[in-house]
Amino acid sequence: MSESVASLDNALVVRGGFPLLSGVTLEIAQGTMSVVTGANGVGKTTLLRLLGGLVALSGGTGRVCGVDLASENRRALRRRVGWLGHDGPFYDDLSVRENLTFAAKAMGRPVEEIGAVLARAGIEGREKVLVRALSAGQRRRVGIAWLLLRRPELWLLDEPYAALDVAGRDFLDELFHEVLAAGATVAVSAHEHLRSLPAGTRTLHMVGGRIETVS
Amino acid sequence: MIRVALLVAGKDLRIEGRSRVLLWQVVPFGVMALLLAGLALGPSQAGHSSAAPGLFYLVILFVTLLMVARSRSLDARAGTRDSVATLGLDPAGVFLGKVLALAVELWVTGALLLAGTVVVLHTGLAGTCSAAPSVALTLGALAAAGVLHGALSGSGEGAATLLPMLSLPAFAPLLIAGERAYSAALHGGALWEWWTISLVALAAYLGLGVLLYGVLEES
Repeated sequence: MSESVASLDNALVVRGGFPLLSGVTLEIAQGTMSVVTGANGVGKTTLLRLLGGLVALSGGTGRVCGVDLASENRRALRRRVGWLGHDGPFYDDLSVRENLTFAAKAMGRPVEEIGAVLARAGIEGREKVLVRALSAGQRRRVGIAWLLLRRPELWLLDEPYAALDVAGRDFLDELFHEVLAAGATVAVSAHEHLRSLPAGTRTLHMVGGRIETVS
Repeated sequence: MIRVALLVAGKDLRIEGRSRVLLWQVVPFGVMALLLAGLALGPSQAGHSSAAPGLFYLVILFVTLLMVARSRSLDARAGTRDSVATLGLDPAGVFLGKVLALAVELWVTGALLLAGTVVVLHTGLAGTCSAAPSVALTLGALAAAGVLHGALSGSGEGAATLLPMLSLPAFAPLLIAGERAYSAALHGGALWEWWTISLVALAAYLGLGVLLYGVLEES
């Protein structure tokens, strides 16, 4: 049986007096893919952010990549996850290469890998372009290159297919298969039905800040 | 910590160089403020010269508030904030890097505004040059205090208006010490006591920032 990467028990996240997550219990095994579905505002993004240590746990218990979410050590967890949100992980006034160089140096990764990950993400030839000049789909591809450079244990992607063309979606499907085969774990949120999910993918359907069904 | 500081400072300065906000917005604002102050004082050159240090630091106060807010805004976008958080950078290094970048920007602006005081407010060139080291020290301390209070004011809706209110009590002793040192350089008088205040403040804000920046950013 695969090792657990994330486990939440009755997890509660409250922001400004409003419960964003109101009692989520789940277990995510290593090397699996989970798709979080649900309507707008049900807490999909908050759940992924909680798993990435980007929001604090207000109640309940949780452990991700061996780090207790109730502890003050969420920074240690963040170094082990890769997060791609709606906005893209960039400084708009830096070029594609400068953004990735900043990330590589911050993470202690070799900058020589940047060319290869840009080519893998299908964004080669745009290295010197400022991120603000890229289209939404290209920005998303740079975000994926950023994750490829980081090689996280846990991939957390919020609406990853948004703004991608068909080729981009195919690439992402292929990438998920590769990442899972390499032993990493993937959790994504999605509004729509995903087309080509790896075998064993679980769908967690959320309603009102809770996981309603698991299939 | 030093490696992270240099990485963050380099990134902030590169963004500033690209966006040219300092060059096309902050510096012209400061020069216009100095010019207006000169016009408001009237044609008496002697009056201009004695008021120059106070006016200079009043303009520096406005410029510093603008630049602290600008420094905060570089990392304020949700996607940027979250992804940089997942890099797990040492918060003390991030603080020192942001202070270094802001200090460099303030030094550039301060040098231009000092030149502006010579032209607009008729301060002596020799006295202004001898005031430069104390101005550089004061601006460094203002950068440290500004970055710390920028983190204290947060990144929420009220941050832009909260920043001046929180910063003023911290900036006031620095501005007064800087103004006194500038006056002493222009008109004679003891410099070291004012230097000491700025030095102690710089060390205190750097120490506090190294200790508290991570906590403030988390909260």
